[in-house]
Amino acid sequence: MRVKYVLSEVLVGLWRNVTMSIAMIITMAVSLTMLGASGLMYRQVDDMKDLYYKNIEVSIFLTQEVSEQERTDLQTKLDSDPLVKEVFYVSKDEAYKRFKEMYPDAPDLVKAVKPDQLPEAFRLKLNNPEQYKNIYDQYKDTAGVEEIIDQSRLLDKVFNVLTAIQNIALAAAIVMAIAALLLVANTIQVAAYSKRREVAVMKLVGASNWFIQAPFVLEAVVAGLIGSLLGLVALVAAKYLLFDGSLSALQGLLSPISWGDILFIFPLMAGVGGLISAATAWITLRFYLRV
Amino acid sequence: MTKTYPKASRPSLDNVSVSIEKGEFVFFIGPSGSGKSTIIKMLLHEVAPNKGRVVVNGKDVTSMRSWKRPHFRRSIGCVFQDFRLLPNRTAYENVAFALEVIGKTKAVARRVVPEVLELVGLGGKEHRYPHELSGGEQQRVAVARAFVNRPLILLADEPTGNLDPDTSIEIMRLLDRINRTGTTVVMVTHDSNIVNQMRRRVVEIESGRIVRDQARGVYG
Repeated sequence: MRVKYVLSEVLVGLWRNVTMSIAMIITMAVSLTMLGASGLMYRQVDDMKDLYYKNIEVSIFLTQEVSEQERTDLQTKLDSDPLVKEVFYVSKDEAYKRFKEMYPDAPDLVKAVKPDQLPEAFRLKLNNPEQYKNIYDQYKDTAGVEEIIDQSRLLDKVFNVLTAIQNIALAAAIVMAIAALLLVANTIQVAAYSKRREVAVMKLVGASNWFIQAPFVLEAVVAGLIGSLLGLVALVAAKYLLFDGSLSALQGLLSPISWGDILFIFPLMAGVGGLISAATAWITLRFYLRV
Repeated sequence: MTKTYPKASRPSLDNVSVSIEKGEFVFFIGPSGSGKSTIIKMLLHEVAPNKGRVVVNGKDVTSMRSWKRPHFRRSIGCVFQDFRLLPNRTAYENVAFALEVIGKTKAVARRVVPEVLELVGLGGKEHRYPHELSGGEQQRVAVARAFVNRPLILLADEPTGNLDPDTSIEIMRLLDRINRTGTTVVMVTHDSNIVNQMRRRVVEIESGRIVRDQARGVYG
């Protein structure tokens, strides 16, 4: 009976001030969506880093007039370098073949370039991609080396952008969370005021504190959970419309977001939404109910 | 015991010592601001004395933790000058509410509430709302609510303050009947008429001190 009483009080409470309840739920939903999105991006960036850094290469381009001797010397040196995991030699012809594959849509460009004009290169895989700097220092003055290019520097830029987006999402989540919390506090104050007579009687006849507070706290928790459900819907919609829709062209670039990832992030959103609302409501009651 | 409120120039209660036996009917009388209501608040564990102890039902209330207060209050019924009924609930629902919020089932309420409403003389008016009842009838609902849980003590803070003399007498008869069931009744009042008619123990307080404690007293 008491459970039924508390639950009906929660529904009555949410309905009593329905516009405020909706505002509370919407802000909560937006905040939790941002939180979920930044959580997903965190995993996404991790996955991408794994994927890309594993395949990362350092290219040592050789000068046009490199001699046979210089090339062999360099090859021997690289083969015995402890920093280097694998070495591939790319001849001018192979470079030309790759070049053609890279620009299949631009036959004019391909025609304008002769295999001779493309530099031969050594492509290295490093044991630890972050030791690029050592490789660079070691080989930059070696005879026959034209230029050393590290892909990870380019990747770092990409990841910096992704991390920035993730931080912005997180910041938006926090700002919206503050707005949501203030709305929760306000809703609870209004609820406590409109039920002040009941609360006074309950205190007088000796109703237990949890029984007096539970409807208020649960009201906030229910709003938080509804907010997190809406957040889940928003993330699912985002996956459908953005990742599987208009951004699907970037599929090869971005690692895909699975339904599993979204389901994995939902308990986090629901937990954060529920717990934070409960704590806010409870603290607000400390001030406005003094039970 | 002594109670000084912060910012007060003199203590609200100054070295007061009263002992009330189980089953007694006691009036606390005195002018406004004499400290009568402070006694009620102390008995309810709403305020604590600065010095001395408050013992209720053999339990030291002074050192009681606030989380034990709800359970403690279940052994005390309360009636006030302003009734404090819930306006959107009927007489029956007002009384049943007091039972349900301390965990009694609806079945218990269905059995006990009509009984106690009958006792206070409201049989047949269970489903009236407070605004459909007279002041005296509203106070009867409040008494029923205070008594429904069969408390050991009934505290009444000027229960007749808003009622005309005839109605006041009726309420007093009701409190007297409740007292005869063995319930201790502590009543704060400055209604001399009632005190004189009842001829019960009178404790007079003035400026925070007891000036008179008389077994079958009248109003000064």
